[in-house]
Amino acid sequence: MILNIARKELKSLFASPMGWTILALLMALLGNFYLTGVNKYFEVMSGAVRPAERVGVTIFVGQTVFGIARYIMLFSVPLLTMRLISEERRNQTLPFLFSAPISLTEIVLGKFVGLIIFLSILIVYIFMMLTTLNIWADIDFGYLMANSFGLWLLLGSFSALGIYFSSLTKQPIIAAILSFISLFALIFLESMFASDPNHWFAYISLMKHFQSFSRGMIDTADLVYFFLFISTFLILTIRRLDAERLRG
Amino acid sequence: MSNLTLEAIELTRLFGGREAVKNVSFHLEKGEVLGFLGPNGAGKSTTMRMLTGNLAPSIGTVKICGIDIIENPKEAKALIGYLPEMRPLYKELTVDEFLTIAARLHKVSSNHIKKAVEIAKQKCGLTHMSKRLIENLSNGYQQRVAIAQAIIHNPLVLILDEPTVGLDPIQIREIRELIREIGQKHSVILSTHILPEVEMVCDRVQIIDKGNLVFHGSIDELKQHRQGNKLMAGFSKAPAMSVLKNIDGVTKVEKVDTDMYRIHFKNKQSPSEAIVKLSVKNRWGLYQIAPDQTSLEDVFVQLTEKKQTN
Repeated sequence: MILNIARKELKSLFASPMGWTILALLMALLGNFYLTGVNKYFEVMSGAVRPAERVGVTIFVGQTVFGIARYIMLFSVPLLTMRLISEERRNQTLPFLFSAPISLTEIVLGKFVGLIIFLSILIVYIFMMLTTLNIWADIDFGYLMANSFGLWLLLGSFSALGIYFSSLTKQPIIAAILSFISLFALIFLESMFASDPNHWFAYISLMKHFQSFSRGMIDTADLVYFFLFISTFLILTIRRLDAERLRG
Repeated sequence: MSNLTLEAIELTRLFGGREAVKNVSFHLEKGEVLGFLGPNGAGKSTTMRMLTGNLAPSIGTVKICGIDIIENPKEAKALIGYLPEMRPLYKELTVDEFLTIAARLHKVSSNHIKKAVEIAKQKCGLTHMSKRLIENLSNGYQQRVAIAQAIIHNPLVLILDEPTVGLDPIQIREIRELIREIGQKHSVILSTHILPEVEMVCDRVQIIDKGNLVFHGSIDELKQHRQGNKLMAGFSKAPAMSVLKNIDGVTKVEKVDTDMYRIHFKNKQSPSEAIVKLSVKNRWGLYQIAPDQTSLEDVFVQLTEKKQTN
């Protein structure tokens, strides 16, 4: 049933040119950064004479692409999540889902999974794009995988939060603004507490937990953090929709 | 009592302390079409939302074929088809795509989906619109898609909130036939503002006003309210009112127009034959005689106003 909802979401995304356009634009943008990354690599490395200054091509290009990808997604994910529930509410289509034999949990999870599948397409593309480096260099696949996995978890967190804000309002654009602001805050909490990196406030920053992935390391503590982050917001969304049924 | 398909037991719904629906109980049997009437804001849609599990009742229970919708929502909802007041359509999809999704979400088994979609389209006259975007369909066709969505999984209980809104007369007739057809095998509840529709389609009627059930009975009972014991008679050379009043069975005579009279009579003692005979004998010039029907609107107003004065 979760998959049926996910299929419905994907169908809506790809029924209009919107889904295709978003994928194409994001890929064009990231492809551009990939190209500059490769060009820059030659520039920088030709100047680096001492061996200590030299960096592997995977890390150099990977950091450029993944580094920019999370900021681009910070803008794009709220735009994708904003319509998930608030648009259904505005178009009065929620009763269609509520009166079908599906639980609220399935509805919310289905919507989440649908969006994750869509975003996974993008991550797979980014991964494939970076593996093309392998044609003329010997690249570090582990590093790319850890980064892709980290980005995937990060986008999952963005989506979960976005869905929650989408369930709060009838206006998709308000949902987008609210989720953008809170994601922005969560990402830059860390730099606000740069002087005291062990402050608990810095600890809830999304970026802090993404960092180990971007170094190529998968840390279980970060996995748990993302898992908790995603499930908290999905549960809040379910509670919010249930409140609607109870309070009207 | 295996014939009961739907039971609503003492439903009450509060919205911030205000009672939108007060202690409403009714039931529905297999093969019945129940009409749900009421002025705007009477609580029709609220009741329907509670019946379909879209809104939790503050007090009371809803049972679909004996299954409590609060305790076992999935099992109960699988038996219901619901057309809400506002059509729930994904307008970016085509008719086929939308109905396929509806079938899938209502757990139609995957090898029957195609067939179910075909049947629903056929029943609602949508076959030639399969590949069109719902957005581009006219109002009436969108309504048909919404109805098709409600019947796609062949539900035991069909709940329709104003199903004929926006349809042209031909479509209305088709939809009424469809409702009748479904009503023979399953149960249907429909709410409407169009009173003749109730008379044509429904077996039973209930009228709700300000959250209270004010009338609940068969369509014949409502018709009795409607017909009453009255005659309208027109004479070109009218006799004196007292002459008319002296005819057997007549209780009261009112003058409606210059030569039109409304004649009230005792139950089952229609004086029409006597009036015709007397008219021929005395040359009153009777040109019209007919039972005087109160319109359903009047009955409706009477019923809803009676409650207010009580």
